[in-house]
Amino acid sequence: MTPWIALPAVLPLLAAAASVLVGRSRAAQRIIGLGTLTALLGLAVRLLIETDRNDVMTTQAGGWVAPLGITFVADRLSAIMLLVAIGMFLAVLVYAIGQGDEESRHVGFHPVYLTLVAGVCMAFLTGDLFNLFVAFEVLLVSSYVLLTLGGRLAQVRAGTTYVVISLLASITFLMSLGLLYRATGTVNLADLPAAMEALDPALRRVFLLLFLGVFGIKAAIFPLFFWLPDSYPNAPTAITAVFAGLLTKVGVYAMIRIQTTIGPDDTVVGTVLLVVAALTMVIGVFGAISQQEIKRILSFHAVSQIGYMVFGLGLLTVAGLAAAILYIAQYIVVKTTLFLTGGLVERASGTGHLDRVDGMLRTRPLLGMLFLLPALSLAGVPPLSGFVGKFALVDAGVDSRSWVLVGVSLAVSIMTLLSMNKIWAGAFMGEPTANAEATRPLPTAMVVATGVLVAVSIGIALGAGPIYAYAERAAETLLPLAGSSAP
Amino acid sequence: MTTVFAALAGALFATGTYLVLQRELTRMLIGLALLSHGANVVLLVAAGDPGRPAFLDGRDEPSAFLDPLPQAFALTAIVITFGVTCFLLALAYRSWVLTQDDTVQDDPEDVRVREEPDADIERSGADQPTIEAQDR
Repeated sequence: MTPWIALPAVLPLLAAAASVLVGRSRAAQRIIGLGTLTALLGLAVRLLIETDRNDVMTTQAGGWVAPLGITFVADRLSAIMLLVAIGMFLAVLVYAIGQGDEESRHVGFHPVYLTLVAGVCMAFLTGDLFNLFVAFEVLLVSSYVLLTLGGRLAQVRAGTTYVVISLLASITFLMSLGLLYRATGTVNLADLPAAMEALDPALRRVFLLLFLGVFGIKAAIFPLFFWLPDSYPNAPTAITAVFAGLLTKVGVYAMIRIQTTIGPDDTVVGTVLLVVAALTMVIGVFGAISQQEIKRILSFHAVSQIGYMVFGLGLLTVAGLAAAILYIAQYIVVKTTLFLTGGLVERASGTGHLDRVDGMLRTRPLLGMLFLLPALSLAGVPPLSGFVGKFALVDAGVDSRSWVLVGVSLAVSIMTLLSMNKIWAGAFMGEPTANAEATRPLPTAMVVATGVLVAVSIGIALGAGPIYAYAERAAETLLPLAGSSAP
Repeated sequence: MTTVFAALAGALFATGTYLVLQRELTRMLIGLALLSHGANVVLLVAAGDPGRPAFLDGRDEPSAFLDPLPQAFALTAIVITFGVTCFLLALAYRSWVLTQDDTVQDDPEDVRVREEPDADIERSGADQPTIEAQDR
């Protein structure tokens, strides 16, 4: 019993309430937001260390015993996701405060941002599927509000699509939960494997596919991704960065959980995941190549990159899963940085449209570096963190003899590089336009937040060995059977 | 009894799906409400066969009363759907204020990609202005 592991879900909710109470003062709201996230960062580090020592830690909310109460469970996967997520939330909050645009000065911004943090933390820490549903709702409702905070026409339009799609996924989730409870009598993740044993294998597969489909909508895998590139770019930059960097990855996290819980040896579903992964990578990157605006190109990449994570999951081996975990951790940082840099370009030049920005490298060399490093990392150029993630994935793919997937993922890497080059050539190279000369100064907080994230992603590349070892131990906890039978 | 519930859930899902596919936000809203009712009916079925009291009536063996957990699920779900429906109503109202219309608009970038003439053929000269050039 370690009650403190529930704190990452509880603290931000209390802070959100406090943030509403001091709503008249933006300064107080900022102090509460930054203070809470800093405290959470400390907690996440402690959780990372302690889960590595104890494997799994649990606590029961209110002292109700396991199948009845609300169970919080932390293992290595939860801990590493939590740490990356909270670090990113903190950096983005600093960026948003520095940006000081209409949305981040809105009275509702800080409280809703904190409830989003609470929802994400709860999703990572829950040990029960119904609680996961509640966590998803908390983070989704917060994201609806953040997406439409400005109330502009484009936001209302994008918000409608986003809310309706998410709500449909939630309803399907709820219905699947009802059916699962009727069939097994439990929704507790720890009890499910044993309860599923009694079921017909076909029925087990139906449940697995139902849940993978639901989480697939949230993770934006092929063919369920259409809502993402349409809705995300319309939010303010800081919010888009959180959404694209993190929210879809909560969906991938849930996919990993459910697959390892109720179908760790279902190779048919594994193959389906591999096919879906390949299609997601290819379609996403083609979408990115056809776009003309920085945020939209990056949004399509967010789809494409999900394919890599699903690839690691679909292999159903410890190496594949470890690679997927490493990939997610580094990707959250890289993707967020790219969006933040995209926001800096928009801020400096007044537009994110590639036809109207030119020669940023001449006028703002630092910004060029801040874009170049994560962009090359995303494409998987050594020795950056994206390369480490991709190398681990390809290595796991070769081990499992998934040659097609290995080929597709390498080809998609090259196309990713091509479309990153499109932004590079469009916005940074060439003669500075008159538009770019009349630039506005960039707030220090925005540049520092982006710079710190770039440094973190380089740090991940440098510390790749220990981080991969940690991810491997996390994967072994998730796939105990496959771990012992692997050669 | 389960058959009746199944038919009811099926009818709710069918009507809800039809309405969600409409372009008017208010109709989609009603569709979503119906869909979530359908999901709640499924949760009721998950509670087990009807006929037993929902609350403890003095006896304490588990088989004497209905499983309370699915009802807790349904209650939570109703509260969440209520909140989201209110939010969607506010969105629909905002959309109406801005455009005097609550139909969902096309994505402007999708329209651009779709309408771009000969997007797959390399342009040879300036005689075919791009949409962006026309914008400016």
